[in-house]
Amino acid sequence: MKNEMKVEFDAKSVNEGFARVTVAAFLTQLDPTLDEIADVKTAVSEAVTNAIIHGYEEKEGKVCLTCTLEDDTAVIIVEDKGIGMKDVKKAMEPFYTTKPQLERSGMGFAFMEAFMDDIEVESKEGLGTKVTLIKKIGQREEENQDGCGDSAY
Amino acid sequence: MECKYQLKDGCMRISMPKEVDHHCAEKLRREADLLIGAYHIRKLVFDFAGTEFMDSSGIGVLIGRCKNMGYSGGIVSAEHLNERLKKIFIVSGLHKMIQVEDDSKETETDEKSGGK
Repeated sequence: MKNEMKVEFDAKSVNEGFARVTVAAFLTQLDPTLDEIADVKTAVSEAVTNAIIHGYEEKEGKVCLTCTLEDDTAVIIVEDKGIGMKDVKKAMEPFYTTKPQLERSGMGFAFMEAFMDDIEVESKEGLGTKVTLIKKIGQREEENQDGCGDSAY
Repeated sequence: MECKYQLKDGCMRISMPKEVDHHCAEKLRREADLLIGAYHIRKLVFDFAGTEFMDSSGIGVLIGRCKNMGYSGGIVSAEHLNERLKKIFIVSGLHKMIQVEDDSKETETDEKSGGK
């Protein structure tokens, strides 16, 4: 069964919380564990923050958030029509940041990679950026099968 | 939720907000730096008792304060981390920069030694 939701909101920092809570609420139908919800919330927060700070450079704009659930997999897309990136590979390097003056840790993409199963980034200079975050929700079932509780990390 | 600042004998304890993200980072950074400078803080404690969420923007704030305190020879520590925050600290390597107090063996030494 496939189920999709889509929201668009202003690129304002106050909406970062709204975005991650919205995705978390939609995700509950897959019966995720608290850990899985926290992972997804963190990744969504990183992607949306990037769109606001880097994509739109804290100026006006719209962020589009789509979440598609299919079977036990969540696919979350965060899109902006901001300035885009010249070198996506460079941007994804841990600790790399174009805005050290804002005390950006440069860990946004590293966090998304750490907490999601898969991440895809498409970006075109002057056109915007699309980040696709993918995670299989099903830790709870695996836990039940082999009874290995919370030894995930 | 607002964060609160407690000052005592050159030690400042910051009660961190419920959600530490980019949205609250700027205010937190500004207020903390102002107080650190004005009151010559030697020891900084981040109290995460009320915190449920933190992302890499929060990490940036912590690393920034660590650097500032480091220049003046101060100490930075963090306490009352829930399991999620411990994971965030480990993934980001923050546990190597900031002393994390273990709740299980925590005592009231701060208050006792700092008081009189």
